[in-house]
Amino acid sequence: MPVFYGVEVASPLLLGTSQYPSPAVLTEAFRASGAGIATVSLRREAGGGRAGEDFWAIIRELGVRVLPNTAGCHSAREAVTTAQMAREVFGTPWIKLEVIGHTDTLQPDPFALVEAARTLSADGFQVFPYMTEDLVLADRLLDAGCEVLMPWAAPIGTGLGMVNPYGLRALRERFPGVPMVVDAGLGLPSHAGAVMEMGYDAVLLNTAVAKAGDPVAMARAFALAAEAGRLAVGADPMPARSMAAASTPEIGRAFLE
Amino acid sequence: MTRHILGAGVMGLALASELAGRGVAVSLHDRGGAPGPHACSWWAGGMLAPFCEGETAEEPVVRLGQEAAGWWRAHGAEVTAGGTLVVALGRDAGELARFARRTAGHVSLDGAGVTALEPDLAGRFARALHFPDEAHLAPRQALAALAAGLAARGVGIEMTAPEVVDFDCRGLAARDALADLRGVKGEMLVLRTPDVTLSRPVRLLHPRIPLYVVPRGDGVFMLGATMIESGERGRITARSLLEMLTAAWALHPAFGEAEVLEIGVDARPAFRDNLPRIRRRGGTIYLNGLFRHGFLLAPAMARMAADLVTEGRKPEVMDEDRAER
Repeated sequence: MPVFYGVEVASPLLLGTSQYPSPAVLTEAFRASGAGIATVSLRREAGGGRAGEDFWAIIRELGVRVLPNTAGCHSAREAVTTAQMAREVFGTPWIKLEVIGHTDTLQPDPFALVEAARTLSADGFQVFPYMTEDLVLADRLLDAGCEVLMPWAAPIGTGLGMVNPYGLRALRERFPGVPMVVDAGLGLPSHAGAVMEMGYDAVLLNTAVAKAGDPVAMARAFALAAEAGRLAVGADPMPARSMAAASTPEIGRAFLE
Repeated sequence: MTRHILGAGVMGLALASELAGRGVAVSLHDRGGAPGPHACSWWAGGMLAPFCEGETAEEPVVRLGQEAAGWWRAHGAEVTAGGTLVVALGRDAGELARFARRTAGHVSLDGAGVTALEPDLAGRFARALHFPDEAHLAPRQALAALAAGLAARGVGIEMTAPEVVDFDCRGLAARDALADLRGVKGEMLVLRTPDVTLSRPVRLLHPRIPLYVVPRGDGVFMLGATMIESGERGRITARSLLEMLTAAWALHPAFGEAEVLEIGVDARPAFRDNLPRIRRRGGTIYLNGLFRHGFLLAPAMARMAADLVTEGRKPEVMDEDRAER
């Protein structure tokens, strides 16, 4: 099972906590999925003081590790401030660092990301950077102190699955020892299975579960798919080949009938 | 025996009206002395749209909400029964299909169908859904109508709290007694423009920024509403304002020239499943958790609570009945 900053979690699935029909459905989806980590956004809910406290209490009651995020931040400074507030509210050094470059595409800003990662790591945070699949960016983030990487599969909320399988494979192969979570853009359980089969340690979803007609069933479906992919990697899959190879010998069969 | 009701938001007023209509003596108490901005129903959209709400709300909302339009009409509210129009911008067409799959009671329209219903939207949307059996009202007129109906029966709104509270309809303020109640912040705008005419509420679907526009007549439109997990009852953010106005602009560019009449913020009271509850605790019955469905569900909640009082029938949404404390 994946290990992030020395903590082993019981499931390769991380679930977001926004956009569910109700907190009751959210709680049930977590139970059905067995997800070991919940991401939670502080930005909008924070309001003045602790106005979001009721919702945060519901998240804490899930009994899973909380990974606060900096969703909605558009600059390194904003992200750092949000991270500091998150640490105070949830009492964890973990932070999913998200710095958005474009409001419409929600593409991460790699430059601000590295800057914020460096600042936060120096301040004792354990940073989970939400990034594009760029190899050089990965180098810079590791230099900045990140011990986990979170490349996207596709832009947030698109549900497209991997749009650049080559890039994700290259990233995985280049940094074999770094725990990596594919975050954003997964729409179907098969997408989660595919990235897990590539050797990723975990997947993170929100919209695909929360906006499904039955979020509880979809959470379970993603959990099973992620687990299937994880098992498949450990089972050393057969190599693909271009020619058919019969699994039963042909010898002795009447071939002229 | 007089039943004392605390809170004159939509729930308290509806309950007082329902009980008084059945010949039960009531008194109504609210620190504001009249329906006003201290109650979150003051800021409501006033859509009576049970089928649309079924997109995310659970079955009781869809079923119980269908009583609302008739009840409001019978109690002096000006109810407009033009249905609801649901549209999406070109690149979000998938949202319309998803919305259609998850709701009932709609018909699909093409561009000509949209034009026939709302001529001002001609050429803007090639496809839409119409929910013909839905309606809308103007919340403040409806609240005033209930208050007037009660006044006609000699029931005023007293600004002092009663000695004994039989019914607690305080909304989020009842959090002191109902620990599982939470606030869900909503922000809304009222705009005025003579350049757009709409006859029914229009919902613009968007994966991140869904918007509805409710016509109030005389070129006035209510735009709503954000849904933020926060108990904060004030402070609209620039982002929310920007998102709502951008969505309104996308619905019709003439909203760009509209006058901003009002900006409203409040928090809706909700339980964890976003369904309403009736609870008896000691001598008090709490009606709460109407979430974003105040005008939609207050009639059914009032009916159920009145059935409990007059006929001893247990409401389906009663989750605790602790007569003894």
